[in-house]
Amino acid sequence: MIGPYGLTVNGRRHEVVDGWVGESLLFVLRERLGLPGSKNACEEGECGSCTVRLDDRLVCSCLVLAAAAADRSVTTVEGLSAGHEAGGPLSDVQQAFVDAGAVQCGFCTPGLLMAVDDLLDHDPDPDDLTVREAISGNLCRCTGYGRILDAVDRAALARREART
Amino acid sequence: MSAVSTTLAGGRTRAAGIGESAPRPDGVPKVTGEFAFSSDLWHDRMLWGGTLRSPHPSARIRSVDIGPAVAMTGVHAVLTHEDVPGAATYGLDHPDQPVLAAGVVRYAGEPVAIVAADHPETVRRALAAIVVDYEITEPLVDPSLAEAAPSIHPDGNLLRRIHLRHGDPTAADRHDLVVVEGTYEVGMQDQAFLGPESGLAVPAEDGGVELYVATQWLHVDRDQVAACLGLDPGLVRLTLAGVGGAFGAREDLSLHVHLCLLALRTGRPVKMVYGREESFHGHVHRHPAKLWYRHHAAADGTLIRVEARLLFDGGSYASSSGAVIANATCFAAGPYRVPSADVEGVVVRTNNPPCGAMRGFGAVQTCMAHEAQMDRLAVALGMDPVDLRLHNALTPGDRLLTGQVVTGALPVAEVIRTCAGSPSAAVRPDEPMSRPGGAGRTADATHVVRGEALAVGFKNLMFSEGFDDSSEARCELQDGVATITCACAEVGQGFVTLAQQIAREVLSVEEVVLAPVETATIGSAGSTSASRQTWMSGGAVQMACEEVRTTLLVRVAAEYDVPVDDLVLVDGRVCSLAGPLDVDLTAVTIEPVTADVVHRHAPTSPLDADGQGNAHVSFAVSAHRAIVDVDPDLGLVKVVELTTSQDVGRILNPIQALGQLEGGAAQGLGLAVMEEVQVVDGRIRNASFTDYLVPTALDMPPVGVAALIEQPEPGAPFGAKGIGEPPTISSTAAIVAAMREATGLDLPRVPVRPADIALADVVPGGAR
Repeated sequence: MIGPYGLTVNGRRHEVVDGWVGESLLFVLRERLGLPGSKNACEEGECGSCTVRLDDRLVCSCLVLAAAAADRSVTTVEGLSAGHEAGGPLSDVQQAFVDAGAVQCGFCTPGLLMAVDDLLDHDPDPDDLTVREAISGNLCRCTGYGRILDAVDRAALARREART
Repeated sequence: MSAVSTTLAGGRTRAAGIGESAPRPDGVPKVTGEFAFSSDLWHDRMLWGGTLRSPHPSARIRSVDIGPAVAMTGVHAVLTHEDVPGAATYGLDHPDQPVLAAGVVRYAGEPVAIVAADHPETVRRALAAIVVDYEITEPLVDPSLAEAAPSIHPDGNLLRRIHLRHGDPTAADRHDLVVVEGTYEVGMQDQAFLGPESGLAVPAEDGGVELYVATQWLHVDRDQVAACLGLDPGLVRLTLAGVGGAFGAREDLSLHVHLCLLALRTGRPVKMVYGREESFHGHVHRHPAKLWYRHHAAADGTLIRVEARLLFDGGSYASSSGAVIANATCFAAGPYRVPSADVEGVVVRTNNPPCGAMRGFGAVQTCMAHEAQMDRLAVALGMDPVDLRLHNALTPGDRLLTGQVVTGALPVAEVIRTCAGSPSAAVRPDEPMSRPGGAGRTADATHVVRGEALAVGFKNLMFSEGFDDSSEARCELQDGVATITCACAEVGQGFVTLAQQIAREVLSVEEVVLAPVETATIGSAGSTSASRQTWMSGGAVQMACEEVRTTLLVRVAAEYDVPVDDLVLVDGRVCSLAGPLDVDLTAVTIEPVTADVVHRHAPTSPLDADGQGNAHVSFAVSAHRAIVDVDPDLGLVKVVELTTSQDVGRILNPIQALGQLEGGAAQGLGLAVMEEVQVVDGRIRNASFTDYLVPTALDMPPVGVAALIEQPEPGAPFGAKGIGEPPTISSTAAIVAAMREATGLDLPRVPVRPADIALADVVPGGAR
């Protein structure tokens, strides 16, 4: 066990007490902080379903020790549309995934949402190959990616329109 | 794409009914992270469970010493086969698989002991502390030797043999026929669903147990679990937890009994989640197969006779192998008119990992082979391969290899014609990233060769061979809101959307609530497999809603003293066609109206000793055209374009249908060019997503839909056929055929490995 440490997730400060030193950020998010949105499909950095933003970089949270994220800022899928629970709208990327039929079983969805959100932050008008490359670290077994690519197009358009 | 809602008079919008792209009811919770998958569950005072698995494919267990694990702080239970109170074995069709190994292990990965502890790390250490003394024995790993080898299981090494004999056995005893012969091989594919096996068992006060688990069929799980626990089935209550994909891999039990044993022993809730490596060992795979074929055709291309020998490796336990080999045998020649056939399908037991259900269920393996044969035949005849297929295409009224006459819709020629005739958008890529080798940027553009080919495949819908295949549904209409209860497992395919659409369509309601999916409140819906739930559970929901509508209209007719035949449901209102009656549904359903129905499809018969009989209910056919670029120097492949046509009966939700066609094609692409569970000496060598490759967005080309052939199927709800499996059947065959076109190589085996191409002239038939 290690001493208490702080994690800031989706803008909220959490104290982790009685943690084992070897716990991944993914495990602590899911099992200690009640944030199971980030998913556990391979736990070796291959599938992208655990993708979160750590400060300003995308990481596979299964490969980051939770203690290494202490006092840094973590954004998970639960933080993409902070006001949604209170009746607010989905984020542009979330809405696009729903509208495009990009969600089937949904297990890859949280990681893909994080990847696409990050892509559009850096490149508001990505071409097809750029999009495919950007999400190639996120495995989806249900969709064959067709509707996901459509969702990215829709989200990119919505975000560009929101900026003008 | 259709709009998701329809604007009505007065500005109200009506939620989408049949034929519209209604949004998934679980779509929003799945994008916000709120949707609870089976691995997301949590309970106060919860313990963690884990499984100790055999590292050996074949061994006797001399002893198991759990003492060191029991003594560890934080460990609450360590159980072996001696702690299984009920049946020691389970199985889908035949209970031959031990809950925990008793004295012998038959595959590498077989569960030997289970642990419950306070933390996953404690579990890991406790499992490592258990001492198992194995006496290693020589594993049986070659399926071709299985029948002659000493039995590795009390039930023997032959899981099933079907010798199908159809038509005149002397039909090919002529000298004017064109004959082509080939031997083909299909590697072991993994379903690779993303959500690993996981669940939570909670002991109940009545001595029973509640199990929250991801599965494809709650009730068949419940019955197997109860038998192993020695409990009355009513004391074992299963609830469907969020399912992260299935594709056949959740038909068999995995951690179900283990979780319940640990929860009942410790008196505490227990959660278990497999890691990816354990998942590869914890579920069945698609059967690897060796297939020999000989086709005989007349000079005009008419098929005269097909002979085939199919050998499927079932691995160590039966699972659904018997049904898989039946499908492989029945559909061995593809959707073609074949008046004479001799097909022997054999599935055997070995010490390889157990195999069972995966999307396509036996028809995937044979499709790759029969389509390669059709291409060979076209070459031998000097015919166009599309013309050859059209010339022999099955139509309603024709007989299958089983002698069964096709009575429903089966637009084989239509899917071939539309797919083959669809214009291609494929261009030569300028961008090196889009060439074979992708990010490696290895391909020399001047060396890249392109091939194009078409393949066709078909299979049955629903369970076959006389199985009593049913689904139960309940509809309750109260205060204008319909509540549907059905135990159909939603695994991502979108049944939840269809159930709502069907209820809206029949009852003209806006709000449709789906009750929790559990064994305690309703009977079985059957399995979410065999492309059967749209038909079976969709049909059950339709029947329940129609019964509610009838009861309601009778009630309203009596209450308002109007003829019942005069009443209709329109836009959430009960209206009289002739008169002024126009009341809101809400007002006439304060007292609820309820209906409970059981839906069965038309009965089927077992296959007789010659593999003949009306064993199947209905069929669906699809075609794929693939355009593939190959780098012959390095043996690398880029699938440039896929185009498909499919027999769908009727489309109930266009966007969901598209998702099935695209997703199924991706799994077929995986089997063609990259996916194989590599088993060496009985051990899986690539049990991870690092080493078992699943197609990414860079591997998957656009899937063009040339045509969805809508010929309503008699007996199916709204005429709709199941559509999940066909996309996985013909896509693999089309891709490998296009690679043959590009390279001129035989490529008799999938997945095609780089060495099969690059070293083909060094090692004939491809390198191993």
